[in-house]
Amino acid sequence: MHDMSAHAAEHHAPTSFISKHVFSLDHKVIGKQYYGMALAAVLIGMVLSWLMRIHLAWTNYPIPGLHLLSANGAPGNVMTPEYYLQLMTMHATIMVFFVLTTAPFAAFGNYFLPIQVGAEDMPFPHFNMMSFWVTFSGFLVLVSSFFVSDGPTLGGWTQYAPLSAIGPASGPGQGMGVVLWAISIALFCVGQLLGSLNFITTTLDMRTKGMSMWRLPLSAWAWFITSVMGLTAFAVLMPACILLILDHVAGTSFFVPSGLVLNDQLQPHSGGSTLLWQHLFWFFGHPEVYIAIVPGMGIVSHVLITNMRRPMLSHRVLVYSMGALAVLSYMVYGHHMFVSGMNPVSSLAFSFPTLIITIPSTVIVLIWMGSIYGSKLRINTASLFSLGFVSMFISGGVSGFFLAQPSIDIMLHATYFVVGHFHLVMAVAAIFGIFAGTYFWFPKMFGRMMDETLGKIHFWLTFVGAYCIFMPFHYLGIAGNVRRYQAFVDDYLQPLIPVHRFITIAALLTGVAQLIFLYNLFYSRFWGKPATDNPWEATSLEWSTPTTPPPHNNFGDKLPEVFHDPYQYSVEGATRDYVMQTSPEKVNPANDEA
Amino acid sequence: MAKILAVTIIVIAIVSAIPIIRHTWDPPADISTHGGMIDEQMSETMAEAGISFLASQILLALFIWKFSSWRPGDKIKTFPGGAKALVWAAFLLVGTEVLALGVFGVKAWATVYLTPPSANAIPVQVQAGQFAFYFRYPGPDGTFGPLHPDMISEANENFFGLDTTHDADSKDDIVTAEMAIPVDREIHLLMHAKDVGHSFYVPALRVQQDFVPGLDLSLHFTATQIGKYEIVCTQLCGLGHYNMKAYLEVMSQDDFDNWLKKEAALQ
Repeated sequence: MHDMSAHAAEHHAPTSFISKHVFSLDHKVIGKQYYGMALAAVLIGMVLSWLMRIHLAWTNYPIPGLHLLSANGAPGNVMTPEYYLQLMTMHATIMVFFVLTTAPFAAFGNYFLPIQVGAEDMPFPHFNMMSFWVTFSGFLVLVSSFFVSDGPTLGGWTQYAPLSAIGPASGPGQGMGVVLWAISIALFCVGQLLGSLNFITTTLDMRTKGMSMWRLPLSAWAWFITSVMGLTAFAVLMPACILLILDHVAGTSFFVPSGLVLNDQLQPHSGGSTLLWQHLFWFFGHPEVYIAIVPGMGIVSHVLITNMRRPMLSHRVLVYSMGALAVLSYMVYGHHMFVSGMNPVSSLAFSFPTLIITIPSTVIVLIWMGSIYGSKLRINTASLFSLGFVSMFISGGVSGFFLAQPSIDIMLHATYFVVGHFHLVMAVAAIFGIFAGTYFWFPKMFGRMMDETLGKIHFWLTFVGAYCIFMPFHYLGIAGNVRRYQAFVDDYLQPLIPVHRFITIAALLTGVAQLIFLYNLFYSRFWGKPATDNPWEATSLEWSTPTTPPPHNNFGDKLPEVFHDPYQYSVEGATRDYVMQTSPEKVNPANDEA
Repeated sequence: MAKILAVTIIVIAIVSAIPIIRHTWDPPADISTHGGMIDEQMSETMAEAGISFLASQILLALFIWKFSSWRPGDKIKTFPGGAKALVWAAFLLVGTEVLALGVFGVKAWATVYLTPPSANAIPVQVQAGQFAFYFRYPGPDGTFGPLHPDMISEANENFFGLDTTHDADSKDDIVTAEMAIPVDREIHLLMHAKDVGHSFYVPALRVQQDFVPGLDLSLHFTATQIGKYEIVCTQLCGLGHYNMKAYLEVMSQDDFDNWLKKEAALQ
């Protein structure tokens, strides 16, 4: 912890358009750039999901205009089986990497972590700028695979070898499509590693006077914990992607064993291991689940506290629990591989930490619920999405009890049960965290309020819609409905097709409801009601900036001094119902956990 | 609005539970000796997860209902027992619950994966390739001939790459596109991948296992019901993945013997 006030004057505001808005070194601009990229990515990902859902429900139904996206992939506007898989792979890759990781972590974290610790910026602004532009390049490389001759890869976001490593013989998109996918993800990893380094250093070294670690808001803790996970997880995925690229372009066989025959041709590979890819991928892949959701937990905790007008029952227990999730996330990854051919004893070894990880998750949920008890809950769009997050996290979490057990996984592995589980617990919950963060911090980021009425309509349609989409996935999975099928031709799957149609209708309607959010976002950006500096009567440092939005160096000429824990609400004897972190006003020590 | 949210959460929770309670969408009925253990484990987990789900959602809804109505002068109340009580509750209730599930679940897993097949189990080899399964029975000599990947030819219908000219053990091997097994006899399934990853999933048999290229795996099971069941691929293997399927026919011992003779004659 340093008094950085001496350096404040060194941080000059940029003057040219390029240095201000494009190659900006300002963490706030970079945060908004990440948000913008995530917004573009989520729109693409959502449209892809609509196309997939329409195809699944009415398989040979022409989708008007689809041939414009790919003449080969949709002759006569009807999606081919391979094009379905290509769209599915792109949907998942775009959503997991460029939305669920970037929006709650890189976008909001970039904007608010330095402000919440009381710094003028991150310690390595050039790395921060590189982090965004390398990630954005990765996004462009991924999207460019739509335009190569046989389209994007069809191998799923998990890119299991040897399907991913053997080359074009294994299917459309498995040549250049996979190479572009791997380059994109390797770039993404570099970008997130640079970002994680900045986040960690910001948290450890840039805290202002009085800001001990325990005085950090829960959102800052969540970004810090996530960046530690990111540093180790992306550092494993990046070399894995490089090895995958080498299998394509350098004739290596890291992931391809000998003796494989495609189209009656013996493949010229030998000595590789297909399970090696799975181990490397999931060593990244499971922490990635928490990289997506922990920032959401932090954001939602932060928003809930402000709207409950009280701190959490225990700030420290929440921090320890998020830390426990991070540590355990590396010990559980093998539960993705119970029936992969891995040693069956290993499956049991991976099963127990997976079951145990439900304990910190439960602690977090109980602390949230126990804190709502006895609070003075304010209802606004941000708190509605936060409460929705808690509900979704519970629903997605309990299905983890099933998937943690190898014997049950025999039935549920690779079915829609898994799809329902991870969509609720990781995707929808994280998206709710993003929405909560957006409605909550928009006034600070843009100096204007979002429309609350539109926000609430958006919440109701999204909350009910998301349940209508993802709860039936579990029923399909229990009935044995295999995922990643472009059509359901098996006899035992025929009775399930009406369920798919219901899901498709729900997905289309819920998707349309997101247009309300988009409209609200853009309308409010330019014409929303002007925001005050602290519209939610919140306490943490982002609400103490001298202007709204904050000035270039966040706090003007002098960095703030912190006197309290982050969440001093409903303080007895205080002049208002809250005490800002920067206020020297004395508070009842009983409320000052740290 | 908070009250509407509370009611909505309760309605969603109850409506979500109805198809589970009514068994609206169940997997195909179990036809294996080991499947009962998996189904039992599934039911126990469903009971525990279901109670956790309903209790948590209803409690969340009640708290939202109750604590969104307050007056400016109201004081914040602390949950009885505070954070400590909740941490204990999580460790004791959920910890015991998941530990019990984990310990009891070991038995079902061990029966499938950690016990060797019996000596008189019938060996059947299954090969997965884009986008079909082929099956091989060792014939009267009881021995499978060696595989020669360079001799695999779909065009010549040499799906496994057998050299029947030079390998004596291959001469009587029986290769089929469908799988038949006798009822109530243990099967030792030897799994081999030709090209990329695939999976062998028979929901009715409560069996799912990936094929791993470069690694031959095995499974053993006993079917207890005569009938025809679907074998499907669950590991994404390319454009025809959705259509990669075969049938498993469980027959009486006599029917199986006749079927095998008929198939042998077709080789």
